Amino acid sequence: MSKIFVDKKAYEVNPKQNLLEACLGHGLDLPYFCWHPAMGSVGACRQCAVKVYRDENDTRGRIVMACMTPITENMLVSIQDPEVKDFRAGIIEGLMMSHPHDCPVCDEGGECHLQDMTVMSGHNYRRYEFRKRTFRNQYLGPLLNHEMNRCIQCYRCTRFYNEYAGGKDFGPQVLRNLVYFGRAEDGVLENEFSGNLVEVCPTGVFTDKTLKQHYTRKWDLQMAPTVCAHCALGCNTTAGERYGTLRRIVNRYNSQVNGYFLCDRGRFGYEHVNSARRIRSARARRDGQLADIPKAEALDRFSSFAAAGKMIGIGSPRSSLEANFALRALVGPENFYAGISDAAHRLLGEMLAILRQGPAPASLLQIEHADAALVLGEDVTNVAPRMALTLRQTVRQVWLDKAEKMRIPRWQDHAVRELAQKDHGPLFVASPYATRLDDVATETHRAAPDDIARLGFAVAHILDSASPEVPGLPEPVRAQAERIAKALQEAARPAVVSGVSTGSVAVVRAAADVARALAKAGKPVAFALAMEEMNSLGLAMMEPKPLGEALEAARRGDAQTVVVLENDLYRRAPAETVDALIGAAAHVVVLDSLEGRTTEKAELLLPSTPFAEADGTVVSSEGRAQRFFRVYPPPGDIQDAWRWLADVLGLLTRPEGLSWKNLDDLVEAVARTFPALERIRDAAPRASFRIAGAKIPRQPHRYSGRTSMLANIAVSEPKPPEDPDSALSFTMEGAPVEPPAALQPFFWTGGWNSIQSVNKFQEEIAGPLRGGDAGVRLIEPAAGSAPGYLNTVPAAFTPRSAEWLVVARHHIFGSEELSANAPAIAELSPKPYVALGAEDAASLGAAEGAAVEVKLEGGSARLPLRIESGLPRGVAALPAGLGPLDGITLPIWGRIELTR
Amino acid sequence: MLTPEEQREIEEETAHFPVRRAACIDALRVVQKHRGWVSDDAVRDIAEFLGTSSDDIDSIATFYNLIFRKPVGRHVIMICDSVSCWVMGYDKMRDHLKARLGVEVGQTTSDGRFTLLPVVCLGACDRAPTMIVDGQLHANLDPQKIDEILERYK
Repeated sequence: MSKIFVDKKAYEVNPKQNLLEACLGHGLDLPYFCWHPAMGSVGACRQCAVKVYRDENDTRGRIVMACMTPITENMLVSIQDPEVKDFRAGIIEGLMMSHPHDCPVCDEGGECHLQDMTVMSGHNYRRYEFRKRTFRNQYLGPLLNHEMNRCIQCYRCTRFYNEYAGGKDFGPQVLRNLVYFGRAEDGVLENEFSGNLVEVCPTGVFTDKTLKQHYTRKWDLQMAPTVCAHCALGCNTTAGERYGTLRRIVNRYNSQVNGYFLCDRGRFGYEHVNSARRIRSARARRDGQLADIPKAEALDRFSSFAAAGKMIGIGSPRSSLEANFALRALVGPENFYAGISDAAHRLLGEMLAILRQGPAPASLLQIEHADAALVLGEDVTNVAPRMALTLRQTVRQVWLDKAEKMRIPRWQDHAVRELAQKDHGPLFVASPYATRLDDVATETHRAAPDDIARLGFAVAHILDSASPEVPGLPEPVRAQAERIAKALQEAARPAVVSGVSTGSVAVVRAAADVARALAKAGKPVAFALAMEEMNSLGLAMMEPKPLGEALEAARRGDAQTVVVLENDLYRRAPAETVDALIGAAAHVVVLDSLEGRTTEKAELLLPSTPFAEADGTVVSSEGRAQRFFRVYPPPGDIQDAWRWLADVLGLLTRPEGLSWKNLDDLVEAVARTFPALERIRDAAPRASFRIAGAKIPRQPHRYSGRTSMLANIAVSEPKPPEDPDSALSFTMEGAPVEPPAALQPFFWTGGWNSIQSVNKFQEEIAGPLRGGDAGVRLIEPAAGSAPGYLNTVPAAFTPRSAEWLVVARHHIFGSEELSANAPAIAELSPKPYVALGAEDAASLGAAEGAAVEVKLEGGSARLPLRIESGLPRGVAALPAGLGPLDGITLPIWGRIELTR
Repeated sequence: MLTPEEQREIEEETAHFPVRRAACIDALRVVQKHRGWVSDDAVRDIAEFLGTSSDDIDSIATFYNLIFRKPVGRHVIMICDSVSCWVMGYDKMRDHLKARLGVEVGQTTSDGRFTLLPVVCLGACDRAPTMIVDGQLHANLDPQKIDEILERYK
């Protein structure tokens, strides 16, 4: 630590930071625009000017930009010097010259960094009397709104979109006071992280178009800390509600997980909560139709089924640990089945076993710091999108390290980029088809899953000859394996990433062997396995039985009642299998929040809570247990799935049902039952947690209309709803001081109304949140344990003459079940198709768009052909989770014929 | 589509740089030389030819005020509005040109013969006021001289 003096007061600061970071980290108010904690400094906006002094005798000092100034021991700094204050006021006056001052109609108003900085700099009177420059705005797609007149030319948007996220279809145009940030022509922004512009832009140029449909000011939102429900990474988010509709999602900083950024699926996928297809009351089948019934009647029926005979439960990877556990308790552990396909179940079990033996699953932060990376068989951008943004940063690490050696600080963003030019550090991507990381990849490898596994095993064997050799490897592949092994070996912090994309156990095992070989060589390897759903790993940790056995049980007559927890089984198995399971049961009970193919088959349908209306614990693919909190109480008869199940247990006078009063009781029961889940108790404080005797308010202190918003129903102000499950309250009043990070419902502090107020909640800038980042890691293999190699090299892939190996191709927009119900995401989702390589399409005599018949075991469909030049011979691809064949587990061999 | 001639000339320029994209300014100049201006289609074609995006090329094309992103007349007049020319009577020259051509600065005559644009300093302050027409410098201007000069460009 170094000591600096700011306005004659001494501060201990981290010498690796710049002066702006050091000042902000100590809570000093210094305005800025172009600097971003994750993107570093470029010194473009000149707003963070301070004075530095040579020594005590220097009374004049000189003006420098704090963001471009490294820390020196005992440096003398002034923020308050009148001359530099005047300088900052002049800068903002210049930046604001053409700003339209349209705050009342601007979506950013009330949480605008530009507003905050204008107030902070004391620019409160406009002197510029001439015409302002105005622009034509562009259509940028269903996610973002464009309002260029508000721009102050800080260049943050292009630095994020082009430099950080690798976008190609956006950039700065023109010059001088006419600089314009947009696309060459109107059109949907192609980058999967475009939504971050909402937060990166310091003013209202880029705003959330989905929020605009039901606009609410930040101060009028009731907010809660939650966890993204749209993949397994567990990105932390803040969700906001008003009048019973979920209004938007913003990033919630977690230094270990998502940092400052989200993917567009996570940010804009929330509107399934507001869907017209929500199930709002209990329904029972009468004369073949589902009709609303009172809650009490639903519970009576449910308990009568339970008393009537054997019951099986089908859990869900998109439900919390608590909901799954309650179902497991109701039906008994021996009747609790995984609500995923058997192949997915096997793969997930394998991944859990591998992670438990080690290397431990890496956090996104750890992956970001890797200086070489191998992505084996994973389409990261489409399965675990936020990780792709992380991997994109790894190619810069070599240059950041080199810069540091040349005494260029890591935060000197453009100096480091100049040093690197277009050169990237090592990143290797092996996948059956082109991926969105290929543009920064050193080398790519296109092959069928088994051949990808063989490449991985070959790399592992080169790294450590104790791992199995791959027989009959073609020379070019062997040479490529050599190059990959060499890059990983030379790296100080290599990363290995794989996951569920190829659906291949062999690929995951090969990735594990590479990681293990690197670990054995003493490398701090960052190892990550991408998974699909919010609680995929948590479900695996509860040891459910495979779904296939549920069908067996039903056939045997051991399943009079099937209880399906928040799951569309038609996405998990072919329709005829699901129909057989449902047909064999006398009663089918479904708990879910949205109508779907499975809920249509229910005899009894119980409305459960989507993430925004629920509390629960989920385990991310990093093995991080995280709590999500309801934003608002579920309306009407809707209640948490675990509460429905606990109510039935209560009616059956089972002890659990009587003892489970709130979420903490469930957490306790889960922790006691599963030693591996013991630490979920620490994922969040208990519901009894209080600060100075008070709960933590979900509503900001400026929340308006509380006494009047329901005046059309009753003039007296209703009592706020109770929250038995958490230390948060549905009120404005509460804890006078900052709550622990895991309970922070929103980031907001005096003078800092925008999301950039997060600076004030960190131990140091871009460091952990004060009180620790949210979540607890559950999977930490014993130190010093050296897991063996998995020794399962598959045979080389051989194309078949009239059949194709049909693999799944995931899509960030469309493949995930819940977000596909959000209109903006649905608009970006591809139409169903089948893809073939160019040669295979030619041999079939089919052109792009031709109708072809895809015949798989479990179903067939006529689909338009898409030609993907990268696909290897003998391999076809179907979009995952969408289209008529979405229930069939891939990869699978099948026939593809030109329709006559 | 870039013509074979344009492609050849751009290809020649790329040889001077370690990365193809670096030849983008020259590529824009080549296209403008042949067509008088750079259309959206040309931006797309250049991007494809140099292996980058239209947005990337457009950010450069729009940065330079001598790369024309809108059609111009057969002859482009650029009159200097910088300090020395202003002192020496730029206003009168500009007004004379506007009256003669019947256009505002930034416009093209209806017969497509001339486009009138401002420019910042032509490096001939000692002979102000000045203008260039199609790259040819004309100095020590007065209204009569302007009339003579315009006659030379059909």
